[in-house]
Amino acid sequence: MSKAIIEHAVASEVFNKDEPYVNWHDETLWFVRQKRDKSSKQLPEWEQLREAASGIKNYVLSHMDELLVSFEQKAKENGVHVHWAADAAEHNEIVLGLLRQHQIGKMVKSKSMLTEECHMNEFLIRNGIDVIDTDLGERIVQLRNEPPSHIVLPAIHLKKKDIGDLFHEFLGTEAGATDPQYLTEAARQHLRDKFMTRRAALTGVNFAIAETGGFVVATNEGNADMGAHLADIHIASMGFEKIIPKQEHLAVFLRLLARSATGQPITTYSSHFKKAREGQEMHIIIVDNGRTTQLGRPDFRNSLKCIRCGACMNTCPVYRRSGGHSYHNAVAGPIGSILAPNLDMTKNADLPFASTLCGSCSNVCPVKIDIHEQLYKWRQVLVKAGYVPQVKGIGVKAMSIVLSQPRFYQWSGRLGRSVMRTIPFVVNNSLNPWYKQRDMPEPPKESFRDWYVRNRKE
Amino acid sequence: MSTRDIILQKIRENKPSEIPMPSAIRFESHFENTESKFIETLTTIYTEVIVVKNMAELAIKAEELYGKVVNKATTIPELSNWADFSLNVSDPHELETIEMAILKAEFGVAENGAVWISDNYLQHRALPFITQNLAFVIPRNAIVNNMHDAYDRLKETTGWGCFISGPSKTADIEQSLVIGAHGARSMVIFLMEEF
Repeated sequence: MSKAIIEHAVASEVFNKDEPYVNWHDETLWFVRQKRDKSSKQLPEWEQLREAASGIKNYVLSHMDELLVSFEQKAKENGVHVHWAADAAEHNEIVLGLLRQHQIGKMVKSKSMLTEECHMNEFLIRNGIDVIDTDLGERIVQLRNEPPSHIVLPAIHLKKKDIGDLFHEFLGTEAGATDPQYLTEAARQHLRDKFMTRRAALTGVNFAIAETGGFVVATNEGNADMGAHLADIHIASMGFEKIIPKQEHLAVFLRLLARSATGQPITTYSSHFKKAREGQEMHIIIVDNGRTTQLGRPDFRNSLKCIRCGACMNTCPVYRRSGGHSYHNAVAGPIGSILAPNLDMTKNADLPFASTLCGSCSNVCPVKIDIHEQLYKWRQVLVKAGYVPQVKGIGVKAMSIVLSQPRFYQWSGRLGRSVMRTIPFVVNNSLNPWYKQRDMPEPPKESFRDWYVRNRKE
Repeated sequence: MSTRDIILQKIRENKPSEIPMPSAIRFESHFENTESKFIETLTTIYTEVIVVKNMAELAIKAEELYGKVVNKATTIPELSNWADFSLNVSDPHELETIEMAILKAEFGVAENGAVWISDNYLQHRALPFITQNLAFVIPRNAIVNNMHDAYDRLKETTGWGCFISGPSKTADIEQSLVIGAHGARSMVIFLMEEF
């Protein structure tokens, strides 16, 4: 069932064919990043909040087992059923089992990156379950048979015309209609019918609280609540790292989450679930799927602190100009690139290289994950373990020969400058990867070294 | 061994050594006027705030603003004459046709315009989401500065509760903000002096 993986660089090249489109994608995400900046600057304690969030999450990493045991115990006391899943397959089987047990063939779902990671929709659909994604962006990509391209903005890669055409085909909106208000209204009507007729709802979990056994789900649209409060059975899926010790810690995380994600002071709905309503069943599935392995990697375990705000994607110059799908992983962008190799080093060896290591991701991360340093460290792990193509190795070796011999370096520089001046077409062509989407710089007349030697003489 | 025990054992083997809880995790916000900040925040998220003196004035306002609406529901006994939709239903799906709901809620948060509502104030959790339009009534003096203060008030939590901040919205189509995704299309907050 897994599709052939196209490497990030190759997929980006396709993404970059339409220059105005790429510029639009780049600017749209940068706009979201700017909203985050503006919002964060309104809190004088912003940096202290990040420090607090990072510290609480560090505490969580070192007390993970105790916190999960406490959470399980409290949740059970609250009448919630708790399940544990070692991997994606076990998670999916648990969901299917619950639906079969209740003889339910249709389910609504709100956003859950974990179920994307587990490829749950495909599995359930293969087993005859009709799964409807209810977040507008997720419904759009589901109708297109695509995965989300961003964890917070699932359809950010699409123009309104694409969505207008899609809704015309599937929801019967007028041909050529592109007004977002009109299209959103059509989706509201379409999905309201689903909410009213589905007996099972699955939601993700933003935070699970060890102290109370409760969990919080945040949305702007209200789809998680519409689904959960109307369904007979509510299933909540969580990666085990979503645990936090106390309810009061939610203050720190909820203050950071939406401001980092979209620049809002809080999401419209921050729903705190603890007990099922009368007559309803509530289930929580706690999933490992490689997280215990990541916890055992001292250089990479910090990636488990992530609260999935997407700020690292919005700021990343590579993400903005390559699009989420180029990362061929449920979570794209910088954070996805440090999570993915843990899941599968062979498939995802290219991702830590999809970065300039500029460090902007680490600077905006609300829980202070050292993302760019982990990208750099993954490269070394992957090269040493032989997961990186030989070509990359040859380039690095050639570079190392040139840089380790000063005379050869000076000669190469002079040769390069004179070639660029006299016969520019040798470098200004499509065989040179630096020439793609870029102009080559004007070659300087002399190198800094030549200038320095000449001036010191005078 | 069960999956549960295997996961917990792997965590114990792989987790880092003891890292203590940080001490500075609570921060004060200083606003010149908490209520003004609350109103200012809500204005930016398309929510009108109306100050009323008491239930009698609320009833007059409710009639003035929504008198002509059909399918009005409320959890406030003093507005029972205003409402024409009974919440005494057993199945929440029956709430589908509600156009306007005026609900009592507990308190508001100035920094983000959120209002806390919970099982204590509702017999149907679906109500604030399924209604087409929504108004909350909170005591005028029940506005805290920030989320740290909010959780101080929530030491005892119920089976379910929610911070709701403005009407439902989405920007999933080309980042254009649209009000009214799946939840309420509009939101009004009444601050009541004599609650």
